[in-house]
Amino acid sequence: MSAPLLQVEDLHVSFDIRREGDMPWTKPLKLHAVNGVSFTLNPGETLGIVGESGCGKSTLARALIQLVPAAGKVVWQDGTNLLGLSPHEMLKYRREVQMVFQDPLASLNPRMTVGQIIAEPLTTHHPGLSKDEVKARVQAMMEKVGLLANQINRYPHEFSGGQCQRIGIARALIVEPKLLICDEPVSALDVSIQAQVINLLMKLQRELGLAMIFIAHDLSVVKHISDRVMVLYLGRAMEIAGSADLYGKPDHPYTQALLSSVPIPDPAAERAKVTIPLDGDLPSPLAPPSGCVFRTRCLRAAPRCAADVPPLLGGNHQVACHFPGPLMAQAVPAA
Amino acid sequence: MALLDVKDLRVAFKTADGVVNAVNGINLSLQRGQTLGIVGESGSGKSQLAFAIMGLLARNGTATGSVAFDGLQILNARAEVINPIRANGIAMIFQDPMTSMNPYLRVSDQMAEVLVHHKGMSMTDAVAECVRMLDAVRIPDAKSRVRLYPHEFSGGMRQRVMIAMALLCKPDLLIADEPTTALDVTVQAQIMRLLRDLQRDLGMATILITHDLGVVAGFCEEVIVMYGGQVMEQSPVDPLFAAPSHPYTRGLLRAIPRVDQLGEELASIPGTPPNMMRAPKGCPFAPRCEAAVAACTDQLNALTEFAPSRKRACNRTVEELE
Amino acid sequence: MFMKEEAAVRLADIAVKGRSPWADARARFARNKGAMVGLFVLSLICLFAAFGSHLTEFTYDYVDFGLMGEAAEKGAPSWSSGHYFGTDDGGRDFFARVVQASQISLAAGLIGSAVAVIIGTLYGAISGFVGGRTDQVMMRIVDILLSVPFMFVIILLLVMFGRSIWMLFLGIGMFSWLDMSRIVRGQTLSLKRREFIEAAHATGVSSGRIILRHIVPNLMGVVVVYASLLVPIMIMTESFISFLGLGVQAPLTSWGALLSEGASQMRYGTLWLLLFPLGFFVTTMFCMSFIGDGLRDALDPKDR
Repeated sequence: MSAPLLQVEDLHVSFDIRREGDMPWTKPLKLHAVNGVSFTLNPGETLGIVGESGCGKSTLARALIQLVPAAGKVVWQDGTNLLGLSPHEMLKYRREVQMVFQDPLASLNPRMTVGQIIAEPLTTHHPGLSKDEVKARVQAMMEKVGLLANQINRYPHEFSGGQCQRIGIARALIVEPKLLICDEPVSALDVSIQAQVINLLMKLQRELGLAMIFIAHDLSVVKHISDRVMVLYLGRAMEIAGSADLYGKPDHPYTQALLSSVPIPDPAAERAKVTIPLDGDLPSPLAPPSGCVFRTRCLRAAPRCAADVPPLLGGNHQVACHFPGPLMAQAVPAA
Repeated sequence: MALLDVKDLRVAFKTADGVVNAVNGINLSLQRGQTLGIVGESGSGKSQLAFAIMGLLARNGTATGSVAFDGLQILNARAEVINPIRANGIAMIFQDPMTSMNPYLRVSDQMAEVLVHHKGMSMTDAVAECVRMLDAVRIPDAKSRVRLYPHEFSGGMRQRVMIAMALLCKPDLLIADEPTTALDVTVQAQIMRLLRDLQRDLGMATILITHDLGVVAGFCEEVIVMYGGQVMEQSPVDPLFAAPSHPYTRGLLRAIPRVDQLGEELASIPGTPPNMMRAPKGCPFAPRCEAAVAACTDQLNALTEFAPSRKRACNRTVEELE
Repeated sequence: MFMKEEAAVRLADIAVKGRSPWADARARFARNKGAMVGLFVLSLICLFAAFGSHLTEFTYDYVDFGLMGEAAEKGAPSWSSGHYFGTDDGGRDFFARVVQASQISLAAGLIGSAVAVIIGTLYGAISGFVGGRTDQVMMRIVDILLSVPFMFVIILLLVMFGRSIWMLFLGIGMFSWLDMSRIVRGQTLSLKRREFIEAAHATGVSSGRIILRHIVPNLMGVVVVYASLLVPIMIMTESFISFLGLGVQAPLTSWGALLSEGASQMRYGTLWLLLFPLGFFVTTMFCMSFIGDGLRDALDPKDR
């Protein structure tokens, strides 16, 4: 097996929170958005990251490309730790890792033409290219993502949401990256358009041999596109496993609750489904529970869960739980 | 007599760039206690349909046709007619609870106001009733939480408060417009379960407007699929999912990845939804339809019954689509 | 059939011209009748200021000694004498003086808001974009300058360095950009969190280019609207200082100075000395506010 493309070890991201009325010298509260996440990503592989809002999945993505400061290790294929590089040294790696954003229209500068938008990474990383060469490459890329090349002079607001997302994908892929990070790329799109974009991403990934980190809150979409999936809760990884494995036999109670909550577009299956109730609210990330962060809402919680943080253990199917195991129907109280 | 009877409802908006025909001739009727799902993508006119029924269209919008609630004509009715209905007959909950709550008033005050105003209750009785209602939507510790301001609740709790507010006057009809779209999936499951229980206990008719076919599958008896301001298909929920009869419904169901099945390539619907400023003359779905024939671009068959209690609007027959 | 295909191919080769947000805004502005009338009248006033001196045989500093001190009796506006707006108490042709005053007043408005736009935009954009301590320091400087009573400083400057129109412009320019920089900073802060800025960061675009290519063009809507509101304020400020007698020096004059003179001589029956500059002043203010409204509607259609 070849060396992993990306190796993330013990990644931490924290933000200082200043409350209203604090004096400038009082120590700000620390919000640990990402709290010791580790994973590896192989070339050409798709890793899905799922979790509810506030679990730190978008922050994690931004930390990987240093849009937010982070601590820990993010080791690239060539052995370089990307964290701690100067902006100048980082420039080389920015070409290798590109990102697609959630809001198709907001991620495009409304005052620039589509051609200028897609060309920007190219002119940033290859300043020597001639104007004609840039235009030719932009048009070739536009056709690749299913846009008409003659629309190069149009502005973002003249396109629909799905087309805008194609523009965002073209911008990311024009510098031929090895890793594409997609942050909720389809959650703002309608179902019929969503399928178009997912199919496009999967096609491009196959053709270009891209590795992908695919972040979404929609579990069905993640399942469809990912080889492996990581489940996050309050900034910690709960479970990492192959897609079929994780969706087929989830071992972590949170994953099980999450999966059972997804509505199924089939009335018979939906009626037969057992939903594990997940009562209460997400604890405040400013004061996360001791031990296992999920214990306050967990059906299996025991005194041990409050005392020790469960480590992420296992080979291909890693779980962070003191009592992992398949779901047992009798454990679920009647709704 | 049907509780709600909508006939040939049309909604148009005048904008600076032209007229947008958001809803084009919708007919539907709803019995007491029935649950109806209205499914459609953005721009299908599903929300504007609900706003028109409630008389809540934006100022540049006009509605024509007829909406009868309990035999009373309420479309474009005067305030004296519609206000009692809005208070006691129909309640609505929205995608973003914050838009329908005043951030500067305590929850107790806003909720009690409705009861004091419409039912003539005393303030103490009204607050007690509010606490009972918040208990019913399973807000823990309702007695003390009723004194909080809306922003002090989490997203899911806020949606519960809004549901409690909507149900205070025991409406006969509840219209829920994308009630869980802004929520996480576990919270969505909680809220949908709550709505289902309340609907069953109170026996109120419910219209659930959503883009999520999964949510509809678990909640509704009857489903309307809308596209381009028109009804494409209307059917009880089971046969709709088992044997969708309209090319659009079929495309939609094939385009959704399923969490409970192995993934194959998603069948996407090519093209983009129509611009309602220049809506196509015939079937709105024709430009994206695989089965479209020349006639489709000129005219659309009216919604006709093709099987017991199932209706569809398509120029091709079900057999032709196979 | 073949020809049709060929035509289609050719059509695909020709790049479609996009409608930029600016073009959209222009179209919306052109539909706004009030703003268009305002723009038309304002251009007339500008033309008047630029070429009005060619319409009369008199220059603004020519003194007709025969009319000096007898404005009330002989100086009323008349076509036959060639003094269209009459003469003032000093025997000068009032038309020529109004033309000259318009030049100064409009220049005060334009220069004041131009300084505000250039300095204020760059200062605010840099402060907001860099953020952190730099932002704190830059904004405290603005706060300090704002806390200085600027009218007082301008008057002090004029008294200390002598009354000159350039000193007046300098004084106005020094303070006009402060509010602008605050508004721009606020806008930049919200722009900075937009995804397209993040996207530029993620690609490795340099900060300078992000400010110039991504931030500033997207600020222009707010800047233009605020600048259009600033022009009348600048004209007012200049007029006020000239009204106090501290602005321009005779024989040069401005609307404010003329108003001051006209007001002081009202009781002699020379009302035209007040009404002509007042008419120009008020019309310009009206035009600017209509144009400002039109610009706001055109550039921020969501805010309506």
